[in-house]
Amino acid sequence: MALVSIRSVNKVYDGNVHAVKDVSLEIRDKEFMVFVGPSGCGKTTTLRMVAGLESITSGDIVIGDTVVNQLPPMDRDIAMVFQNYALYPHMSVFHNMAFGLKMRKFEKPEIDKRVRDAAAILGIETLLDRKPRQLSGGQRQRVALGRAIVRHPQVFLFDEPLSNLDAKLRVQMRVELKKLHERLGTTAIYVTHDQVEAMTLGDRVVVMKDGIVQQVGEPLELYNTPANKFVAGFIGSPAMNFADVTLAESGGRLWAEAQGLRIGLPDPIARRANGRNGAHATLGIRPEDIHLASPTDADDLCFEAEVEVIEQLGSEIVLDTRVGRSAFVASVDPSLRMKVHDRLKLAMNPARLHLFDAGSEAAI
Amino acid sequence: MIEGAVWRKWVFYNIPLILFVFVLLFPFYWMIITTFRPDGELYRPWNAANYQPFWTNNPTLDHVLYLFEETSFGRWMLNTMFIAAVSTVISLICGVFAGYALARLNFPFAGGLGTVIFVTYLVPQTLLFIPLAEIIRNFQLGDTPWALILTYPTFLIPFCTWLMMGYFKAIPKELEECARIDGASRWKAMVYIILPVAVPGILSAGIFAFTLSWNEFIYALVFLSSPDQKTVPVGVTSELIRGDVFFWGPLMAGALLGSIPVAIVYSFFVEHYVSGLTGSVKG
Repeated sequence: MALVSIRSVNKVYDGNVHAVKDVSLEIRDKEFMVFVGPSGCGKTTTLRMVAGLESITSGDIVIGDTVVNQLPPMDRDIAMVFQNYALYPHMSVFHNMAFGLKMRKFEKPEIDKRVRDAAAILGIETLLDRKPRQLSGGQRQRVALGRAIVRHPQVFLFDEPLSNLDAKLRVQMRVELKKLHERLGTTAIYVTHDQVEAMTLGDRVVVMKDGIVQQVGEPLELYNTPANKFVAGFIGSPAMNFADVTLAESGGRLWAEAQGLRIGLPDPIARRANGRNGAHATLGIRPEDIHLASPTDADDLCFEAEVEVIEQLGSEIVLDTRVGRSAFVASVDPSLRMKVHDRLKLAMNPARLHLFDAGSEAAI
Repeated sequence: MIEGAVWRKWVFYNIPLILFVFVLLFPFYWMIITTFRPDGELYRPWNAANYQPFWTNNPTLDHVLYLFEETSFGRWMLNTMFIAAVSTVISLICGVFAGYALARLNFPFAGGLGTVIFVTYLVPQTLLFIPLAEIIRNFQLGDTPWALILTYPTFLIPFCTWLMMGYFKAIPKELEECARIDGASRWKAMVYIILPVAVPGILSAGIFAFTLSWNEFIYALVFLSSPDQKTVPVGVTSELIRGDVFFWGPLMAGALLGSIPVAIVYSFFVEHYVSGLTGSVKG
């Protein structure tokens, strides 16, 4: 059990590719921290630097209370699960799991006990004599997890461990991982490009892009108050709608205007956007925060949209609509009936509006 | 498989395959039939009434017996086996380590060095034997097995290195990284994880190296002179071709017996080991 502290860490490859830029993070004891971002955002590189598989160009990484910058992987007391499992093909499941203990010169009975305990937790007791090639994808994944947990390390590192599994198994293993973490309480760092995994697994989530940390926070915090347009668009499915708008003051209120769209900004946002009259900005609203307008909706939150695609999902209908030059996706009540090219009056939930600076893309 | 009419299958698949198999196997057939054919039939003119080149009704072991009784063939076999085995082991050890270093250790100029090593493999032996002869003479190794054991690696090591480099590159580096996180040093990760996984590659390199040194001719011809020191390819050709007289029967018997050990080594290892060791990673 330990905290992991990443302090102003940089990684530059071959003197020109700056993969990780000045990342500082505190991962608390027993926390499940998820790094999420598109491929090439530096999340895996950061994880590999914590593991000691990648050198650190500048900065410090601390595990527990030791600066581990110069320590080889074996002395960092970590365990890692790789995307492709990396099971030793010539060893049985038992020996795969026992390898780390043998290398650390544990006594035979202790190795046996630990491997059997781990196998029991993961439900693979009957597979201990098999070779990796005789296992299914999900079983291999469990062995890879087992190999990590037998050592009782201070920190678990996961590098996209579920991305090679099919969709159904992935959901199942996600739940098991969560249970496993609750049971063991070991600090974990988990890298993924899947925002659903990030939201469901993480105690906290780090969103990265181009080697820079965009935002760190609890899943709902990222969802409700994204720090910038990238985080807003990355977290949530279907993704948040964005419309390029011009801010205009009239009648003592601030309006977001675009072709076919004129939304009166509610008070908190209007106050934060004070003094931006005439400026360009990006208006953001999640599909689930748009609904079919009813008489009770204020006119300044409504807009007319033309339906382009209807996706009936059973639990909801996802509508692709067009408003002037902007496209809006709305998820609406599944009982509604409509046709393509219908013109609908939709309304936005004022409490859920987001506004982003057109230049810096930071939330206003 | 080729789709369509039957004639297409014959023209583009069956007939080329038959031709190919025939071209490959006919020399072996010729070797076998000549080995067991009595001299009387062998030297019968082509226009004789009972001329029968592709079959014999009077098989004999005369040529094989001649080989063992009148020449040092048994000795040649032992020489060849010893030289091929020792030079293969030396080359494999060097090749495995060099290949691993070139594939996995990021030292400066690793890529360039790999190419240079391969280029040395391309230097023709027909040129290289001239300076090597000088070296062998200076070390007074002429006419000993060590002349060959030490010169064969000049082409075997580049060959093994190149082959093993390719094989190591194909092994996912996560295996090694995982071993190192599990507590193995680089050396232990190599010994316990990478080498066992690379066994098929090591065996292939070994088989090819063994075959190359078994068949080698020029160095053996140049560096060895007394009949007792010779290897099979040189012994057979130098002792059984006297002037312009070819002793076809013993020659072919020598060729046949000389190729058997290689064939055994090859089929044994191919059957037992060079099947895929897979399943470590998502495939």
